[in-house]
Amino acid sequence: MSMPSSEKKKSGFIQWVDERLPVFTFINKELVDYPTPRNLNYWWNFGSLAGIVLVIMILTGIFLAMFYTPHVDHAFNSVERIMREVNYGWLIRYIHMNGASIFFIVVYIHMFRGLYYGSYKAPRELLWILGVVIFLLMMATAFMGYVLPWGQMSYWGATVITNLFSAIPIIGDPIVTWLWGGFSVANPTLNRFFALHYLFPFLIVGVVFLHLIALHQHGSNNPLGIDAKKPGDKIPFHPYYTVKDLLGLGVLLLVWGTFVFFAPNFFGEPDNYIPADPLITPEHIVPEWYFLPYYAILRSVPDKLGGVVLMFSAVFILTLMPWLDRSPIRSARFRPLYKILFWIFLVNCLILGWVGSQKPEGLPLILGRIATVYYFIHFLGLVPLLNRIERPQPLPDSLQKKSPSVEKSGDCS
Amino acid sequence: MNHRFLREIFIVFLNLLISDEPWANQQPPLPQEKWSFDQVFGTYDRAELQRGFQVYQQVCSTCHGLSHISYRHLKALGFSEAKIKAIAAQKEVQDGVDEEGNPLKRAGKPSDYFPNPFVNEKAARAANNGANPPDLSLIIKARKEGPHYVKALLKGYIEPSVGIQLAPGMSYNLYFSGHQIAMAPPLSDNLVQYADGTPATVDQMAHDVVTFLAWASEPEMEERKHLGVKILTYLLVFTVLMGLVKRRTWRRLEE
Repeated sequence: MSMPSSEKKKSGFIQWVDERLPVFTFINKELVDYPTPRNLNYWWNFGSLAGIVLVIMILTGIFLAMFYTPHVDHAFNSVERIMREVNYGWLIRYIHMNGASIFFIVVYIHMFRGLYYGSYKAPRELLWILGVVIFLLMMATAFMGYVLPWGQMSYWGATVITNLFSAIPIIGDPIVTWLWGGFSVANPTLNRFFALHYLFPFLIVGVVFLHLIALHQHGSNNPLGIDAKKPGDKIPFHPYYTVKDLLGLGVLLLVWGTFVFFAPNFFGEPDNYIPADPLITPEHIVPEWYFLPYYAILRSVPDKLGGVVLMFSAVFILTLMPWLDRSPIRSARFRPLYKILFWIFLVNCLILGWVGSQKPEGLPLILGRIATVYYFIHFLGLVPLLNRIERPQPLPDSLQKKSPSVEKSGDCS
Repeated sequence: MNHRFLREIFIVFLNLLISDEPWANQQPPLPQEKWSFDQVFGTYDRAELQRGFQVYQQVCSTCHGLSHISYRHLKALGFSEAKIKAIAAQKEVQDGVDEEGNPLKRAGKPSDYFPNPFVNEKAARAANNGANPPDLSLIIKARKEGPHYVKALLKGYIEPSVGIQLAPGMSYNLYFSGHQIAMAPPLSDNLVQYADGTPATVDQMAHDVVTFLAWASEPEMEERKHLGVKILTYLLVFTVLMGLVKRRTWRRLEE
């Protein structure tokens, strides 16, 4: 096709810099020429989208931090001041607030894509585990960010979630006191949550770089889950995937913008527009929607410690996925049984999410218990055993559907 | 264990089928009203805003603060600078101290925020049968289905059904959680006299004041929607262009 652009003539200045500090060679290698499977479908857009959302969140967050006051007496009002007095403060704040939900939507799609196409399998185990680490950091960041406006849900959400640590035997209560910096969620708590909410995104950036280094070591997985072998199986990242990612970005910004401008409080709880009041407990304390499946798992266990352990296990179990799934076939396309399990697992997660939004009694409680048990059976029982009975379909021998000259690829158009 | 589990399921289904208990204490569904600020292109009706402000000033403000709103914000209601100055000057505010350290009072200015009706929460509770009248700056955003809820609440005072005992000084409201509310019915026909001659029915006043409070909750709404249409249009063009560029670029692979 075209000559690799690194061999194109560079201008004198760029040449001069590059010989001393090879940034241009690096950009060329990792972002321009970087060989990428030619058959990636649109589900592969969500990795780069997540990166862009992270950058937008950090930028809007920095501007918000310039006007926000992390003090229990002023936090709520300082947010309202941003909304009403600061130039375009409402815009920055609504982008940031809805951005949290958009971030989780994008990352959840990214994760389920990995699960469907077996992107966690060798040689990408560490890539996958780093992803789980990013996810954990994101959850911590989002949780602390939700506390900052110091509304009723901020305060009571913080109280409920930090109290979970008191379930740890013996040292539980001292840990909670240490987390709070006092004997209840109060000003020291708000202060440190603000400091950490500002810090964590930069930790995420660090782990994202590791995630990318691990990714570029072997390159992206692809919908067929087979390694690229034939010439033409891989294409340079630029311009093919830069333009495809820009198209995806356009769609994402359309969705995000629709919420920001026309339904900015769609994902939020009305109660968070009531200033925090330690003396009045809201009727129904719910976390943000992206925590609901875990909240459901937490509450489906009658024992507090058991619930906490199970909730954290639900995330950590993801790190074991490369070893729980013993099938050598990556893509669910060629695994008739795993494909079915995947969709059942997805629906099960949605059920858990719904259960988490309901009061823990009656039908939701029972449904939540069944779904919790199934969640773990999926990972510990069904996925490991599947390999014994599943008859995978034959794998193609090239990423190009037929001979590249005869047929155009359906995934590309 | 299996037995207990099955029994639990059975009991739940039985409950769902025969018991009306879960619904007994709930509020009926809120009447769905039409608002000038609904939909993508909805804006606040200026006449409704001004009338709603009048209702707030003459009725609500006796007990409810509006602490995030300043007089200068009233420009958005369509009031002139002079009118805003006159409105602000009606209130006396405390500002600074004299040479002997005594607090000074002066007439309100457009830059002042709406004063709170009570000096603190205790005073508010003492004057209101133990209840603390919430600040109304964010009330529409702070309630589920805010506009519908607040209007329904304002009109929701009915005679309690037989057998319901209200605590002294409390009222029965169809839409209030638990139905027992410390706020006496705030509106009655012709309670205010509208400057524009609109008949001041309870429904009209409730509608106007909700529109005003919706503005107080989201004063940026009109600018937000306006900017949103522009930005989304731009993004749509960008996305379509990128779609075309993507298609053209990828066609190269087929060669």
